[in-house]
Amino acid sequence: MNIRDVRGYYEKISEIASDVTFRSRTLNKAKSVLLSIFKLIIIVGMSYIILGPVINIVSNSFFSPSDVYNPSVFMIPLSPTLENFKRAFTRLNYWSTLGYTMVYIVSITLIQILICSMVGYGFARFEFPLKKLLFGCVIVTIVLPAHVIMLPIYQHFRMWDIFGIIQAVTGKTVNLLSQQTPMYLMTLFGTGLRSGLYIYIFRQFFRGLPKEIEEAALIDGAGIWHTYFRIMLRNAMPAAISVAVFSMVWQYNDMFYARLFSMPTSKNLTFRLSTIQATIEFVDQIKDPMISQLAVYAGITLVLLPILIIYFVLQKYFVEGIERSGIVG
Amino acid sequence: MKKGRFTLRQKRAATGLLFILPWLIGFLVYYVRSLILTVQFSLSKVEILQTGGYQTTYTGLSNYRFALLEHAKFNQILVNSLRDILIDIPFIIFFSLFMAILLNSKFKGRSLVRVIFFLPILMGSGAVLRSLELATRNIIGGASAMIEELSAANQINISFLLYVLEDLGLPTTLIDYITGLVSRIFEIVRASSVQIIIFIAALQSIPNSMYECAKIEGATGYETFWKITFPMVSPLILTNVVYTIVDFFVNSEVVDLAYEVAFTNYNYGLSAAMSTISTVVVCLILAIVSALITKKTFYYN
Repeated sequence: MNIRDVRGYYEKISEIASDVTFRSRTLNKAKSVLLSIFKLIIIVGMSYIILGPVINIVSNSFFSPSDVYNPSVFMIPLSPTLENFKRAFTRLNYWSTLGYTMVYIVSITLIQILICSMVGYGFARFEFPLKKLLFGCVIVTIVLPAHVIMLPIYQHFRMWDIFGIIQAVTGKTVNLLSQQTPMYLMTLFGTGLRSGLYIYIFRQFFRGLPKEIEEAALIDGAGIWHTYFRIMLRNAMPAAISVAVFSMVWQYNDMFYARLFSMPTSKNLTFRLSTIQATIEFVDQIKDPMISQLAVYAGITLVLLPILIIYFVLQKYFVEGIERSGIVG
Repeated sequence: MKKGRFTLRQKRAATGLLFILPWLIGFLVYYVRSLILTVQFSLSKVEILQTGGYQTTYTGLSNYRFALLEHAKFNQILVNSLRDILIDIPFIIFFSLFMAILLNSKFKGRSLVRVIFFLPILMGSGAVLRSLELATRNIIGGASAMIEELSAANQINISFLLYVLEDLGLPTTLIDYITGLVSRIFEIVRASSVQIIIFIAALQSIPNSMYECAKIEGATGYETFWKITFPMVSPLILTNVVYTIVDFFVNSEVVDLAYEVAFTNYNYGLSAAMSTISTVVVCLILAIVSALITKKTFYYN
């Protein structure tokens, strides 16, 4: 990048820097060029810090076993191979696991959006006794580390029951562990993974919308539920999109609840990834951790791909959505 | 539509409660009940029965005493995580504010850079994180191996440089702080992406007219930052600090330890005590920090 480019940059970047004090133009220009070079260095450096390990992982996933022990190989494999990907594909059972995972995270996300927007709307627009205290409780659910409630929740779903009704009828309680039902239940009742945060986002967003919209709807004869589903939920699209992205990404990456409820690994891609190395060492009889790690790298590449695609598709809406959704307020 | 008994206000209140009902049930069943049970577990010896149920016998504070005074690792892990948080927070906040300002200005390829900076959010899961750490070590390992080779040849090494800095009269704690930060730069950068997003959003909500006004009045860039930008984003600093602390504790070793004690050693009581202690400590920190920050915060509205 030559200096003229950088200067062009700068002129676009900051009108703020122009002062009223009279300084010689050359000094100013030298300063601006220096400043933009400084910025460029920082941005490139920070980007490298983030991307470096990722590039390392991706390039390592193409390494063949001989490359691992060749000290002259760095980043670019001498004899690239797709062997690792093949192995990761079979051991992850990729397509089937991915399919189940997608169904799972998309349905959870839809429930999150529906429930959290409802609750957020309730907090934003209605007056009822103890409202402040209850909203304080929402904040508490954001702040409270999940591990403090993990044992009782584990036991709760281990012996799941509604007020003892099921036990009275069938004589024993239901074991909901080793399936995804606990997560669905918790999400349905607004206490899923980071639901508190989503409630907060929606509440802030609804508070920012003008009340006239609802008043007009009410005058036109729409009931409160009708107004909510037909009008308010549509207007909340920016907030809904940022919640959707966050929810999908975090649900996809969640290991805590997946481990706690011992969800089936055949239906959870990231959870399955965490056991892939052991599987490969055991099933494929590759005892060398350096080499089985290669397949893990390939697995990571495979696991990151879908979420990257989702992110790239939604990223434009996502950043805009956050800017408009009023996390800020 | 109105049916005698209730006023319109009461009706609206009822509808409002209906809207938040799902959350309320979940909160009572999953949070309140669980919190009470956790405290109960932590105060008793929990035996797991063959049927999968459990039986508690009250033992007073013995679980807490064991966790704090006798357990081999708990103390150390808790103190270490707390120290790490307290060291990292100021840096994460400054770093994310700085990056947000940088990313908020217009330049070529800004959207690409933004995408890169938000990438760490996507890579938060256990296995991916572990491998990322490994890959990071590969990179850093390369660098430090290089340094070792060089130092043998040129008689230069990092610790020598540190001695020089110390001799210059810089306080040791500062040097420790800085070297600690540098060695954890990967983790810190990765941990600040959500904070950057929040700050960017805050920056975008500052009305442009303020800057124009300041420019006309002849304020320099430095003054504009301290008199406009900083006060306007200061409410979000609290949000970010809280988020940082919470997020840190989700992935901290304390959680892993509590999990291990509960599900490999089947010592529910001890695990509950550990969770309770760490939660109380976190809440205390949050309370202190937010009290400190709120005092200094400027609220525009």
